[in-house]
Order: sequence, then C-alpha cells, then structure tokens
Amino acid sequence: MIRVNELSKTYGLRKAVDNISFEARQGEILGFLGPNGAGKTTTMRILTGYMPPSSGEAIVAGYDVVNESLEVRKRVGYLPETVPLYTDMTVFDYLKFMADLRHLPNSEERVEETLEMVGLLERAEGYIGNLSKGMRQRVGLAQALLHRPEVLILDEPTIGLDPAQIIEVRNIIREVGKERTVMLSTHILSEAQQLCDRILIINKGKIVAEDTPENLQARLTGAERVLLRVRGEVSDLPEKIGRLNGVENVQTKGEGIIEFQFAPGQDLRPEVARLTINEKHDLLEMRSVNLSLEEIFLQLTREDVSLMETQGE
Amino acid sequence: MRNIWTIAKREFGNYFSSSIAYAIAFFVFVVLGGYFVAYLVYLSSSSGFMMDTPDSWQVTGGLLATLLVFSLPFLTMRLVADEVRMGTMELLLTAPVRDYELVIGKWLGAFLFVLLLIAITLVFPFMLDQLVTPGIDQVLMLSGYLGLVLMSAAFLAIGVGISALFNNQFAAAFVTLLVLLFLWWFIGLPAFILPSGGEIFRYLSVGNHVQDNFATGSINLSNIVYLLSLTGLGIALGTTAVEMRRWR
Repeated sequence: MIRVNELSKTYGLRKAVDNISFEARQGEILGFLGPNGAGKTTTMRILTGYMPPSSGEAIVAGYDVVNESLEVRKRVGYLPETVPLYTDMTVFDYLKFMADLRHLPNSEERVEETLEMVGLLERAEGYIGNLSKGMRQRVGLAQALLHRPEVLILDEPTIGLDPAQIIEVRNIIREVGKERTVMLSTHILSEAQQLCDRILIINKGKIVAEDTPENLQARLTGAERVLLRVRGEVSDLPEKIGRLNGVENVQTKGEGIIEFQFAPGQDLRPEVARLTINEKHDLLEMRSVNLSLEEIFLQLTREDVSLMETQGE
Repeated sequence: MRNIWTIAKREFGNYFSSSIAYAIAFFVFVVLGGYFVAYLVYLSSSSGFMMDTPDSWQVTGGLLATLLVFSLPFLTMRLVADEVRMGTMELLLTAPVRDYELVIGKWLGAFLFVLLLIAITLVFPFMLDQLVTPGIDQVLMLSGYLGLVLMSAAFLAIGVGISALFNNQFAAAFVTLLVLLFLWWFIGLPAFILPSGGEIFRYLSVGNHVQDNFATGSINLSNIVYLLSLTGLGIALGTTAVEMRRWR
C-alpha cells in the first residue's frame, strides 16, 4: 500500500509537488491523471526512492521512502516514463542483470516466467536495441514485475504505443493489479477510467480531484461537447439549436460542423436531431468530443468553487 | 558485496562490446610493441646485444604508465555519465543498490579490464627475459607492475568519481585527463622550484611514487597508502556525486 502525507517537492523556486496527500490500498489500481509537468513523475520518483521529498512523508509497502529507502526499493516495481534499457544487451541478459541486483533465487527461471507473463519469451535472445517501442515497453514492465513487488508504480505505461499494444499492456496491468497496489500515471482520461479503481487528478502540483471513475464521469457529464455534422451549409441551424432550452456555447466549426454543449445534467441529443431533420438538413454525424485535460480541470475546479460558494451561503 | 560484483561483471563485459575499449587496447599495444621492437634493434646495433641487463621498466614499464595516464579517462568517462544520458540511472537508483555499491561496482569492472590489459603487456618483459642473459631482474619488474596496478586503481577511481559529476561523457573524459596529468606530473613541480618545503608536493605526485619507488624497487608503506587513499577518495567523490543527483 501507499500512504502519502502532505508531500511537497521544490525545484529551486518552483513547487513541482505542492502538499499532496493520498492513499492506495492493496488490490487497488490508482490512476494519477494530469497534463505534462503536473508533478506526476516527481511524485512517483519520490515514492520509488529515486529522490527525497522537500517535505512531508510517504510510506510505501510499510516503509518510509526517506529513512528506509532500500526496503522500499526492494518492494516496489517501477516503470519510468522513458523506459530505461541497455540497448546493447539481450532481453534475457538485461532482465538477468536486474534479477541479480535484486538477489532473486533461481533468477534465470524467474526471468523466463516473467517474460512469459508479458509475452516476450520468444524474443528473449534478441537485442533490446532491435525491439519495437511496444516490445521495449514490455521489457520495462517485465523488469518492474521481476521480483513480484507489493507495489507497482508505472509512469505513463502506454505512452507512444499503438492501439493493439495499448490493449495488451492494459490487460497485463489489470492482471497484475488484482493482488498488488498499482499506481499509474496517464494524461488520458479514458485510460484512467478504463483501468483504475480510483483516480487522482493532479494539476500544477496539486490534487484537484479524487474520485472513482463512475463519480468522476457523473461530475463531468454535461461538460462534454457535442459535434454535429450536416451536409452542405449550416445556414441558421446553429442559431436554432442555441435557442433550445439547455443548450449552451454553440459554435460553427467549418463547413457543416457545429459544436455545442449541454447544461449540466442535461442530454438533448434527441431534440437536436429532430430539430436538424425538421429544418431539412441531412444529419450526417453527431458525437461527443472528448474534453481536453484543461477543460476537465476547468470543469472540476469550477464545480468545486461553486460548491464552496453554496456551502458558504 | 553481491551487488558490487553484479555491476562489476556487467561493466567488465561491456568493454568487450565497446569500440573505444578496443581502440585503447590497440593503441596501447601498438605503441608498446613498436617501442619494444625499436629498443631491441637499438640494443643489438649499438652496444652489442647481450652485454648489459636492461631494466624492464625502462623498456616498456615507464611508457605503459604514460599511456595509461592518457587512456584511463576514456575507459571511465561513460561509467556513470552515460547511465544518466540513457536514463538507466533512474533504474539503478530505484533498484535496491546502495550508492557506494554502484560506484565501487563500476570502478571494479573498469579495474578488472585494465588489469587484463596490463597482464597482456607482461609479454614484453617476458620476451626480454628470454633474449638477454642472465635475464631481467624479475623482482624489480614485479615491483614496477605493482606500481602500475595501484596507479590504475587510483586513476580509475578518480575517473569514476568525475564521470558521476557529468552528464556528458566527453566532458568527463576531458576533466579526468586534466586531473590525472595534474596528479601524475604537475603537482610535483614545486618540489623542483621551491628552495625548501617542496617535499609535500613530491609526495603528492603519483608519478613520483610510481617512477621513483615502485620502478626502482624501493617501495615503502607510504607509497601504497597514498595510492590506496586516492582510490578511496575517487570512490567517495563518486558516491557523493550520485547522492547529489538524488537531491537535485
């Protein structure tokens, strides 16, 4: 398990991590969602014993990351963001080296078992330098799993992978997450929603939200934008859609494309569709547009502010 | 201890797939071999071949020491700096390995490789021994080689320490070379210039310990202590530099 209490890390004058606290239990996959530079990697580096925090404490697998760093490192598996590999070694030799550093008994068998877990057994004798990005990611994952750690910390485990590889990696994470504590970072909301039991949203070093994927989804409903495409000119359709009760922020985005948003808690897609057809437009497409992380923060923080205002009243 | 050995084995093996290591071995052997042949030609043509017993230090030992001073920085430059460049430092610093184990392991890997290089050069005194009667002074030869080994240990440790301070391996090599030249020779200069009190500078010069004591067979404890202290200093520098990386 992971327990973080008022953790901060300062680089010079910049606060990379600003007084964050959270917990992750055994058997839980905790998502760490935030844009680049939010403090995800810094937090993970503190939790893996790579660097000490400026203040606050972190307990990982029952040990303090500063005073019992070595004990923490024995019990944590870590996949850094830029998967660090010795490209001039074979997959097997590399993992054997890492297994030896961890004093694993029967290290050769353990390496083979782990390679099988990540589906790389047939590439064991290949040089890492010749592997594709997806394969390298799996080698990194194998390295993190070698010692069957209690806590697994994965920094952007699916970044730069193609869709098929992303699915494979996610399946492995789900499988190993059943009996371990897994913390993974991502900047993709849908990935966090699919994989995690709980999501922490971090921005500018601070945790802006913490919730289950379902609750987070509910809080974000209505915040998503809808894209509507019709054949030919949109003429006065945007204006008419804007007049529907509960539709906000209508914008024309190029030929035949209109984007708009519903008021919180409302879903007027059927009405919009009917209106479009009644106005004699050919409806070609209507879909939700994923919110960018910035928009999500805006939505969540706006909600918090309004919540605070209501509580204050 | 186990971690040190695991890291040392990897580093030692690494040299055999490194073009720089092969280039250095080639450079050392070609220069030494060429000089050795030239020396034999000179001996046989000038003063008659088997007249005098040559000192193996004068034939190849002294030259090898100089070659090592210029070569060792290129063997140590990437030891830590390159791990930083490749990002694998993050891997090593989050593995259950103590910082000093990492640094000693790196040093030991390089030291074993240099021991192998030095061992191969034993072929020159061996040939010389066969060619001259009554043979070379073997105790003197071994004493010189002990000096070379201890000097290499010290210089490699300093090289590892400096490599840990840099992110760029060539910057590390350049600075190491300057430091080694300083320790080998420049630091001893005041001993020749100062009218008195120059002894301390003489003592600090590695070249003085190796050439005046080990090469002449007059070793005392202070020679060994000095070179071992430099080795310890280099390892401590490297360990501190690695710890500093964590705090940045």
